[in-house]
Amino acid sequence: MLGEGIAKGLVETARNFFGSYVSKDRLTTVQFPEERLPSIEATRDFPFLVYDGDDWQPGMRCVACQICEKECPPKCIYIEKSKDKKPDAVGKPQFYPAVFNIDVSVCMSCQICVEVCPFEAIKMDTEFELSTDNRFSGLLWDKERLSKPNSYYREIHPTDAAMSDSLLAEEKAKVEAKAKAASEPKGSATISNQPQAAASSTS
Amino acid sequence: MGEAADQFFVNLLHRLVDHAPAGVAPILSSLLSVVAILAVFASLFAVTTILERKGLGRIQNRYGPNRVGPFGFLQPVADGIKSLTKEDIVPHSADRVVHYLAPLVLVFAAFSLYAVLPIGRNMVLADLDAGVLFFFAVSSVMGLTIFMAGWSSRNKYSLLGAMRAIAQMISYEVPLILVSVTVIMAAGSLSTVSIVEKQAGYIGVLPRWYVFTPWGFAGFVLFMIAATAESNRSPFDLPEGESEIVAGYYTEYSGFKFALFFLGEYLGLFAISGLGITLFLGGWAAPLSFLTWIPSYLWFFAKLLAMIALFIWVRGTLPRLRMDQLMNFAWKFMLPMALIDLVTAGVWHFLPQGALRWFVCGALVVVPYVLLSRWLMQGWKLEKRVYRFAE
Repeated sequence: MLGEGIAKGLVETARNFFGSYVSKDRLTTVQFPEERLPSIEATRDFPFLVYDGDDWQPGMRCVACQICEKECPPKCIYIEKSKDKKPDAVGKPQFYPAVFNIDVSVCMSCQICVEVCPFEAIKMDTEFELSTDNRFSGLLWDKERLSKPNSYYREIHPTDAAMSDSLLAEEKAKVEAKAKAASEPKGSATISNQPQAAASSTS
Repeated sequence: MGEAADQFFVNLLHRLVDHAPAGVAPILSSLLSVVAILAVFASLFAVTTILERKGLGRIQNRYGPNRVGPFGFLQPVADGIKSLTKEDIVPHSADRVVHYLAPLVLVFAAFSLYAVLPIGRNMVLADLDAGVLFFFAVSSVMGLTIFMAGWSSRNKYSLLGAMRAIAQMISYEVPLILVSVTVIMAAGSLSTVSIVEKQAGYIGVLPRWYVFTPWGFAGFVLFMIAATAESNRSPFDLPEGESEIVAGYYTEYSGFKFALFFLGEYLGLFAISGLGITLFLGGWAAPLSFLTWIPSYLWFFAKLLAMIALFIWVRGTLPRLRMDQLMNFAWKFMLPMALIDLVTAGVWHFLPQGALRWFVCGALVVVPYVLLSRWLMQGWKLEKRVYRFAE
């Protein structure tokens, strides 16, 4: 009969209406700023620079090789190489970025910079509330703002962080073994090598 | 106490006007009443927008707006400020004068409808002898303003929306007026005040509203369907169907003109609900004889809010009709049923009181309804749709 379906629909919506006051399960809305869903591990939003230890300047893993700058599809990374060198994460003396800027408004979160980085220095962050009231300096992030400790990386992406830590440890062991092998046979013969080896071991 | 509270606003008006000089008194009296109507129904509009959004949210298992003020109840204030401060854009090739006038005339016409609605005992702005006729005459101006808006915008979507609105309004105006005629026949008057007074008595404790008769009940259902179509509300919101024609005749309106259209639309909805209450639900009369101590205007607004809740409920339930379904429904179902209802009201009037009258008139309403709906649903087979070209 005409009207039967309408009556059924009205009953259904009335049940929804009153049910939403009775059972909390019906309301699937997450009231965002107060309530948050736990972010899934694969979340990625914007790159950041990883540093080891507590101080961002000496611990910076980036060696300013500029591969990410060249690979970045929207060209949002700008790097200036330093004049001097400092030891990197595995202990080799390397250049470091004097300037490292990323434009938040241009970045498209493609993660290509992370894929190409051979030094495990740039990783994806999960931070997404990046709005600002200054559309120029507020969106162009410098290296200080981009730097975040390795402990933070372990927190947001535990699996990836463990993998990159083991890679770095392997690399470091290799470098140390090489340094040992280089210093042992002609340790006393070549004096010129001495200060460099000492410098690397103290770091 | 009941009498004093019931006539509080009437006495207040008399006391305010008494001090004015004789020549000014009638004008002052009407002006004060107009201001009261403007204030009350405009604030009812604000309350309704937030209640509707929250109600629809709950129907869809959401919270609805709950950020501005306590439980989100200051949302209309925020919306008002927003629409006031927005840029008012008029299309370059639009007919500027008509484009400007359309929302103003709509709101003006919508407010004029309240002149003949008795919102309480002795509380009516103008007790016209042809009150119902005045109501329908003015409400047809609202259709005109919609066409003004659609035509002057110089936009295909606006024009399509306006054409749809006109087609829909003309189609549904016929059954709307025909079912109103049943009440006019029964009451023997076109005046809204005397129609309400006819229904204000009681049989025992039960009211003598027209909705509690077979023809009145059928008439009320038909009236509500036609009223939904007249006020362009879901499921009859084809003129502004946002998934089809952007926003219909609203498309080129922005800022405060858009807000005025919104206001006019809701005022039309309240007015036609008020007319439905006046014609079928006993106007300001209390539903049971021992509840008459509650002031009459409170009963009117309680009924009005119930009608608004019904409109929101229907909006949250039914999807939009297709144009051909809309027209078929109007001319193949609504019109015959309204005509049968008209005959039933006449039969009811001439039969003596008793069970026979109820039986005959009930059969006169139910049998045609069953037969008509059987005939309309013939050949309806709901099965899996086969697409010939899309796959």
